[in-house]
Amino acid sequence: MSMLEITDFGKRFTIHHLGKTMPAIEHINFSLEAGEFIGIVGKSGSGKSTILKSIYRTYLPDAGEILYQSDRFGEVDLAKLSERQILYLRKYEIGYVSQFLSVMPRTTCRQLVTNALLEMGESEEVALMEAEKSLAHFELDPKLWDSYPNTFSGGEKLRLNIAMATVKKPRLLLLDEPTASLDQQSKVKVREIIEKLKNKGTTLVGIFHDIEFMDGLCDKVFDMQTRQLTVAKEAVGYES
Amino acid sequence: MREEPILQVKNLRKQFGTGCVECREVENRKLEKNFCKSCGTVYACQDISFDLYPGEILGIVGESGSGKSTMMQCLYFDSDVSSGEAFINTSELEGKNVFELSSQQKRAIRNHVYGMVYQNPVHGLKMDFSSVGNIAEKLIAAGNRNVAEMEATSRRLLESVHIPLHRMKEEPRNFSGGMQQRVQIAKALSNNPPILFLDEVTTGLDLSVQANVLDLIKKIQRDLGISMIVVSHDLAVIRMLADRTIVLLNGKIIEEGLTDQVLEDPQHEYTQQLVYSLL
Repeated sequence: MSMLEITDFGKRFTIHHLGKTMPAIEHINFSLEAGEFIGIVGKSGSGKSTILKSIYRTYLPDAGEILYQSDRFGEVDLAKLSERQILYLRKYEIGYVSQFLSVMPRTTCRQLVTNALLEMGESEEVALMEAEKSLAHFELDPKLWDSYPNTFSGGEKLRLNIAMATVKKPRLLLLDEPTASLDQQSKVKVREIIEKLKNKGTTLVGIFHDIEFMDGLCDKVFDMQTRQLTVAKEAVGYES
Repeated sequence: MREEPILQVKNLRKQFGTGCVECREVENRKLEKNFCKSCGTVYACQDISFDLYPGEILGIVGESGSGKSTMMQCLYFDSDVSSGEAFINTSELEGKNVFELSSQQKRAIRNHVYGMVYQNPVHGLKMDFSSVGNIAEKLIAAGNRNVAEMEATSRRLLESVHIPLHRMKEEPRNFSGGMQQRVQIAKALSNNPPILFLDEVTTGLDLSVQANVLDLIKKIQRDLGISMIVVSHDLAVIRMLADRTIVLLNGKIIEEGLTDQVLEDPQHEYTQQLVYSLL
């Protein structure tokens, strides 16, 4: 059974002050097995983020199904699940990561990651320990741990976001353009991080405007333009 | 996931004025916003229904005059409802419409189940009692009689909201707005209420103090698992605090959803305007 199965999915936006309803995406179909990494590619404005945000319910889906195999609830349709259940899944099963940081003001990097665990009911002691492990794992400079993330670079914000999301050990992680506006060096780091997550068995959905960078890492690629799902060839072993 | 709401509000209505032929019928009343032009009746809350779940923060947003504060006053029994029901899911109160209880029973709910933090600390504090005294007053109302124990509790609470020890015996009227607000929060928490109402608690505070109060509220949610209703006209505050959000306009719920969904994919015309206005 697939971990995530999206069937004939569509999303429209009604903008009242224009008196218009605009379709953002239509007839999207793809599926993903546990432990796989799917890359969604397409140019900006093609609706990549719309898919991701609809899976996370930041956008209200309006057509089709988003079937997810939940640990707690069994198979559920994320498009129709109750808000309280979505909140539960966000807390324990599904993570969302972008380069943008929207966090409690005046809270240190360390505290933010710790809080993510405290919210799940983890003890203070364990939470602090796991938070440090996670910050170290994603290579955030220990000098930054007790500072406020306002002044962090794009790459640092992203890694903090990844730390906050992955410290909860989500089953499904959504990555919203994790490499956008990063320099080559930071991109390499992100690639390594995704590799680490994959090795730990996390199921990943990532959107990229440029997929070349993820070559050999994605199991599947969904192209927004052709609406085709391609299964990546097993080329990893033959490289160089 | 079978989950029972801790507070269930059904069709809460509050009107100021008797109403007339033009506005009495709910279905086709002709109102200017929430105001009947022929008789001057104000319909402050019209059929407000929602559930509050254990441990969640429910945000209520809306412009001035949308009925946010009136709704809070009704829930906290500061003013009577015109009609409607509210159920609290505790063993003693199960199945009882708390709006219909005697004033004595309502007082017991305020003393044991509810905590309230008003926008203006004048409403929640006795300005000429010491801070410790203010908290003791609430503890006594909740049935406490041991002076030493009450003082210890007061100290612990005031410390948790960062009121320095040497100022605990001082009267809140000597304090800054932010300090008063924190004393008020300490007082509201003193009876360990399972339900806490917060009405525009950060309005008028400077950003630095606001950050303190927001952090305090989140900490209370994390550590104590208290369910809260947070009313604010400030979307940024709601975004930081609330899991789910309700949007009020002219006394009616026009939209509700997950907070980030309401802010990023608002459905109602008014909510869209509100979100476009966000800095």
